[in-house]
Amino acid sequence: MTDALPILPAAQFSAFYQQQDKLLSARDKLAQASNWQDKYRLLMQLGKLLPILEDSLKTEHARVDGCESAAWLYHCEIDGQHFYLADSEARIVKGLIVLLLAETNGKSSAEIAAFMPEQYFAELGLAGQLSPSRSNGLFALASKLQLLAL
Amino acid sequence: MNHAAIRAQFPLLTLCQGDYPLCYLDTAATAQKPECVIAAMDNYYRQQNANVHRGSYQLSASATSAVEAVRDQLVSFINACARQEIIFTHGTTESLNLLAYGLTPHLTAGDVILVDSAAHHANLVPWQQLALRTGAIVEPIALDSQQRLNIEAFKSQLARNPKLVALSHVSNVLGTVNDVAQLCQLAKHAGAITVVDGAQAIAHLNVDVQTIGCDFYAFSGHKMYGPTGVGVLWGKLSELEQLTPMLTGGEMIKTVSFSGTTFGALPHRLEAGTPPIAEIIGLGAALEFLKQHANNDSHAHEQHMLQLLQQGLAQLPEIELYGAHSDNCGAVAFNVRGEHHQDIGALLDQQGVAIRCGHHCAMPLMELLQLSGCCRASIGIYTNEQDIQQFLAALKQALELLNEDF
Repeated sequence: MTDALPILPAAQFSAFYQQQDKLLSARDKLAQASNWQDKYRLLMQLGKLLPILEDSLKTEHARVDGCESAAWLYHCEIDGQHFYLADSEARIVKGLIVLLLAETNGKSSAEIAAFMPEQYFAELGLAGQLSPSRSNGLFALASKLQLLAL
Repeated sequence: MNHAAIRAQFPLLTLCQGDYPLCYLDTAATAQKPECVIAAMDNYYRQQNANVHRGSYQLSASATSAVEAVRDQLVSFINACARQEIIFTHGTTESLNLLAYGLTPHLTAGDVILVDSAAHHANLVPWQQLALRTGAIVEPIALDSQQRLNIEAFKSQLARNPKLVALSHVSNVLGTVNDVAQLCQLAKHAGAITVVDGAQAIAHLNVDVQTIGCDFYAFSGHKMYGPTGVGVLWGKLSELEQLTPMLTGGEMIKTVSFSGTTFGALPHRLEAGTPPIAEIIGLGAALEFLKQHANNDSHAHEQHMLQLLQQGLAQLPEIELYGAHSDNCGAVAFNVRGEHHQDIGALLDQQGVAIRCGHHCAMPLMELLQLSGCCRASIGIYTNEQDIQQFLAALKQALELLNEDF
């Protein structure tokens, strides 16, 4: 028997979603950053907007397999819209997660299925972050996120 | 020694990554390849490609001679006693799996297998699987507070007469070196079969299997400037003869009928199927490269580079080093206090610096050090002072960025 995924209150998802405008403008700023220092500084700032998951929620069940750094993912569906929360041990991965969630939170199943994470990150000047080498786990996270919205 | 001339033989090291020259400090994962290795493989496919040990024609005879000549090169490279002692595999992992499988009939329930706590998964998991098949018991050999193998603890474990002792020659994470000759002598006195994983030693140390006195020694071609996909299991002839072949078919067969099969003689008995011919030939070129360039001077150069790395890191107050000793080999393991190893890796990558960050396929060692992972910088014969300076400057830049108050 596997442990059930702890239920996260919908309010936690919507609290994060309320920052959506802020996330999108930060994302656009990041896309325009002219050097890697600015880009990674913005990425780590973005990561700070992610709510920190309590340790009790960092369960094996919520853990995304295939990451060398641990990451945990939660999902809920409200009126046909999908919402996610995730956390990671690494600051840069947290920033990348925010970019992923900014693009997928509040979307329909069809929209999430059509989402192409590799292209998205390439457009932000972060190509290679999503390589299947699994080292930062973002590939596994993006795949699981899409799977949950099926 | 003209170090610049040695480095110039590695075409990949002239690459740039964005605005930065590539600074390759991940040789412990795989070494870069000199021109002669690339050319030998290219030449094989253009001039010599044929299956070995089979053809009745000259091309096949020529490929066979080329492969068998590499076996002879290996005999002298590791000071083996006979060419039958050199078994070609696909790498260290296959060598150790082949060995653990082959020993299955020789172990029984309750037999003890001692495994180095710093072992790579490839030198642990095959023994665990062997234990599952036979009822044997796998026990770790403890490390001391300096992250070196604890000889006193090892001696007391030997009192239980283990059936097998599996050691790393050099730790793939820490770069610590085991005195494998001493450890094997102790283990032999206790009657154990001795196995040494030489993957991280073979490119950096003079490996003499007779001086070490082990029963088996395994290593990979790609960590000694040769291609991926080829490795070696060396064993004493009397020990290799005891092994049950893991793979059957192909050139390892003597006779086959539906009433039964007889296996051929060593070394082919343990080399089923078509071998990685081009890779073996590439390995031959790597051995020639090492014969020409690996000597006391190059070893001293590598030691100097490693010490520059260790000292440069030790000067940064945020850095925590693990098991860093002056007599280590090839690699240095570290973390930045309060930062995740993956963030360090990502920020170094932005500056053209390639190091490995993670658990390094040595999770039990990480558990022992109470780490979720760490960074590892590792060097090769081609590493120069500029690499070390670029790495340290990039690390300082990463620390600055991480320490900014945003």
